Amino acid sequence: MSLMPVVLWTDGLVFLLLALIGAFVLYASRHEHMRAPWRRVVRSRVGVATIVVLGFYVVVGLLDTVHFRLALDRQGDDSAETRYSPEVLSLLDLALSGLRERQEKTYSAPFATHLFVKEAIEQPDGTLLRDYPRLEYGGAHLEDPARQRGFDIAWRAAWGALQGLVIWALLTAGILWLIARSRGETPAATRATVLAGRTRIPWRTALATLGIMLVLSAVAGELALKYHILGTDKVGEDVFYQTLKSIRTGLLIGTLTTLVMLPAAVLLGIMAGYFRGWVDDVIQYLYTTLNSIPGVLLIAAAILLLQVYMSNNADDFASLVERADLRLLFLVLILGVTSWTGLCRLLRGEALKLREVDYVQASTALGVGHFTLIGRHILPNVMHIVLITLVLDFSGLVLAEAVLSYINIGVDPTMNSWGNMINSARLELARDPVVWWSLTAAFVFMFALVLAANLFADVVRDAFDPRLKGAR
Amino acid sequence: MSSDVLLEVTGLTTLLGDTVRPVRVVDGIDLEIRRGETFVLLGESGCGKSMTALSLMRLLPPSGRVAAGAVRLDGTDLLRLTEAEMRQVRGGRMAMIFQEPQTSLNPVMSAGDQIAEAVRVHEGGSRDRTPARVVELMRAVGIPDPARRVDEYPHQLSGGMKQRIMIAMALAGDPQLLIADEPTTALDVTIQAQVLRLLKDLQAKTGMAVLLITHDLGVVAETADRLAVMYAGQILETATTDAFFAAPAHPYSRKLMESLPGADKRSARLAVIPGRVPHLDQAFVGCRFAERCYAVMPRCRDQAPVWRDLETGQGVRCHLWGQAGGQPEGLTRGVADAVAAPETALEGASDPEAAAASMLQVRDLKVHFPIHDGVFRRVVGQVRAVDGLTFDLTPGRTLALVGESGCGKTTAGKGILQLTTPTGGSIRYRGDELVGLGHRRMRLFRKDLQIIFQDPYAAMNPRMLVGDLIGEGLQALGIERSRAGRMRRVAELLDLVGMDSDAVDRYPHEFSGGQRQRICIARALAVEPKLIVCDEPTSALDVSVQAQILNLLKDLQDRLGLAYLFITHDISVVAYLAHEVAVMYLGRVVERGRVDEILDDPHHPYTRALLSAVPVIDRDKRRSVIRLEGDMPSPSNPPSGCYFHPRCPDAVAACALSYPEETHLSTTRLVHCLRV
Repeated sequence: MSLMPVVLWTDGLVFLLLALIGAFVLYASRHEHMRAPWRRVVRSRVGVATIVVLGFYVVVGLLDTVHFRLALDRQGDDSAETRYSPEVLSLLDLALSGLRERQEKTYSAPFATHLFVKEAIEQPDGTLLRDYPRLEYGGAHLEDPARQRGFDIAWRAAWGALQGLVIWALLTAGILWLIARSRGETPAATRATVLAGRTRIPWRTALATLGIMLVLSAVAGELALKYHILGTDKVGEDVFYQTLKSIRTGLLIGTLTTLVMLPAAVLLGIMAGYFRGWVDDVIQYLYTTLNSIPGVLLIAAAILLLQVYMSNNADDFASLVERADLRLLFLVLILGVTSWTGLCRLLRGEALKLREVDYVQASTALGVGHFTLIGRHILPNVMHIVLITLVLDFSGLVLAEAVLSYINIGVDPTMNSWGNMINSARLELARDPVVWWSLTAAFVFMFALVLAANLFADVVRDAFDPRLKGAR
Repeated sequence: MSSDVLLEVTGLTTLLGDTVRPVRVVDGIDLEIRRGETFVLLGESGCGKSMTALSLMRLLPPSGRVAAGAVRLDGTDLLRLTEAEMRQVRGGRMAMIFQEPQTSLNPVMSAGDQIAEAVRVHEGGSRDRTPARVVELMRAVGIPDPARRVDEYPHQLSGGMKQRIMIAMALAGDPQLLIADEPTTALDVTIQAQVLRLLKDLQAKTGMAVLLITHDLGVVAETADRLAVMYAGQILETATTDAFFAAPAHPYSRKLMESLPGADKRSARLAVIPGRVPHLDQAFVGCRFAERCYAVMPRCRDQAPVWRDLETGQGVRCHLWGQAGGQPEGLTRGVADAVAAPETALEGASDPEAAAASMLQVRDLKVHFPIHDGVFRRVVGQVRAVDGLTFDLTPGRTLALVGESGCGKTTAGKGILQLTTPTGGSIRYRGDELVGLGHRRMRLFRKDLQIIFQDPYAAMNPRMLVGDLIGEGLQALGIERSRAGRMRRVAELLDLVGMDSDAVDRYPHEFSGGQRQRICIARALAVEPKLIVCDEPTSALDVSVQAQILNLLKDLQDRLGLAYLFITHDISVVAYLAHEVAVMYLGRVVERGRVDEILDDPHHPYTRALLSAVPVIDRDKRRSVIRLEGDMPSPSNPPSGCYFHPRCPDAVAACALSYPEETHLSTTRLVHCLRV
């Protein structure tokens, strides 16, 4: 064994979430009333384009979720124990190990070959010169950066684009072949229909988006081999690497929070609406109280509590990563606690309405038990609301993370997250010339994710909202 | 003659939806409406009646367009007017009222303001005169105390009052033509009678023409001068009312009339029209009615019939009339079996005291809903939805619970099944008390007591397969535990209600209203009940489909010995199906007895008024309508003494003092009235 898998708390929850999604997909694929709206989603152009973009984020996030510890090199002795490195790494870290290890001294601008600050450099002849020193890694292969850099970047970008195009062409050919096989056509005929945009699933849009994303990734990957394409931060760490690492944090906050709040919101909401009476009173009282506590205050209190606990029991945590992970988990939990009330209220109203509907009354008349009735008649008929709320909430939660980290009650400062990046960048905004790249990088990546999620949410809502049926 | 014609429609064709496969909702119709007459457009749902009206007003939905034809109002071609000119016509020369007065009024504007708005648009003129004109209009539509009502909001007005406000708004521009799209469908019969009377009076006073759209043959008979029967976007027949009811020319018209339930058809099956209205997005080759026609001939299927004017002044679109003159054969074929009926009528009902042992005894049933108010949600009053209901039901018989909306009949039905918890009284089913049983202990009786709902669209979970829906009771009550056994039973049940067994694997939305109601009946029958509460099971259905369901219910009663508690407001259904009748008013039964006793010789003034308000086709059987003043009081604050006395034409001083005790007129008959 050259590595030992490590399952962090949040990793476990992600795997649980994946299992749940798998189960849901299986359920939905067997029920026409769930399949039909999803079919509408994948048949909309915005739908497939955002699915592709979100897919890239999800892949990065998942790669960053498989954690392990590498075995240390044995130094000659054949002792029985394999020793493992104390450092917990993920697949993404491994893939980006180049980026991770190429640390500069401090700030450098994107594509820079020199540091952002002047230093005293010892000349070969022994004199000291105050100048911008060359970077240790960024553009280190260039003899004369001032002259060669532009050409080198262009050449590498072109080479990266070519690689991206080749990968894209291979993938496209594969996908077209699969479509052709399922439709029983020749691949040429399928290509013609896809190019003309006559397929029911807008494959043309999907493949075009895929192409753009692949070319962008390949260009970035190729350039990142030799440059810090998004610059470096205060301690010289590559910003591109940080941004990619932040994806997991953002996704986790957005999805795990819903996983945490879902059982409470669905169960309590439906129970309040269905049983009414004292059950309703208790649940209403609970969420009204929770809702009237300022959310930020509650989160701050919970995080401070956790910090005190962690500093008192520092020995319980094997590594910094575990510490950070626990804090993330706690943040997710507390965000879940503060955000279930909205959905709960919605579902209570819906259940109040549904319990008076004729088919629920008919089931009561047939002697169906309360919980069977809820499971069979009420839950499936509020599922669309749950789904719409989840997708809409996602982007809000991603943004909430950034805000919370900015005011220092978000994720652990050692953890990569867009909020932390913005937080650390804000101090440098007053500098002249401005250090703009950390902020911009976090902004661009977050913006792309939230925009894609919002557009996707719109498509999902339109597809599931029964009132919009037939509006188009 | 030509100056006599107010509105002339020629070849009007309206398309709906995209250009590739448009739905031809109106397909080349020709109409003439004369000044001062009432012209009725009759047809089942989905045949294009409302779309015709909207085309005339040029108020089609965004996806609709008039593809061809001309609409001439007093010589002006409406389809060529600009939108600005058309706005002057709408509400001015031509006004429209809609089916739902509830949704047609703006809830945040007072009634007076809404009428004033219409007045100002069409009269322009001085603002000072507007209030006076509003009051005048409100008086014209028979709103009592108009000066006070001006400031009331729609929610303070009853359904009938709201429809009057709508009519007042329509009258603001002194229209030459009033289009009324099912103006009384959402109203109770007594209110319907008031509104129809009002329209007649207004017409006599102002000389306007009325285009009335309805599906109710009774309303047609009472109001129309001339009528047109519409089917699948075409007009099949036009006639004067008298000629139409004397001898309908088209097979469809004939079948429609035969499928109406009534006392004279009791022992016969109602005529049904098989199938359903075809989708209008197809190109028709032959006659559109051919698939459902009893007198279909080979040429009907491949040659579209042309319009023919008959000597009687009727016009018809049917191949049967292709040969010159004379009553075609074929036409009368379907009528024969129904005509033989009256002789044996009432035989089942007159059967005296087959009432061996009553199965269900309801004594003084009360269902009250508390009204909460204030910060602490204290109970400040009770809505007495059902306030002392007493009756017996015997196996194999049908008791009809009749009353207007809001009288508590549906609540009573639900109370008996414990779907709504009764506040007091007793319900004994075969000697066992049901009131006060918990959810669990009530399950023992769920098998025997079932319910069918009014709206077959809301009565089935749209997310479940039909097979699971019907089998739900079998599963829940543990009657048939294995899935295979359940599916076998479901197939039998589908067969019993006349449906194919392949319905099992389909979703409810794939079926039409009538088929859904059959599925609902199958679901109720699954647990082999002894008593079924039928809560207006046919009021959401078209006449021809209603006939199918009523036939089915009757068959099932004969075969399975079911008892029905039939909740309805439709007197003709009562006459056809019920053995006994209980008339409810404001949560209480005012009169109860055998169906022939009640319908032929009502004693309670309310029953008399209710029956007189029912529109009747046969002129000889018509009674003069007893007009009830005002509306039903709120059940949260019933009047003192007899609940009916404030509206009762025969009330005396003693009526206000105490609620009248029951008076037994015969062994089967009782009335709550001091004057009997």
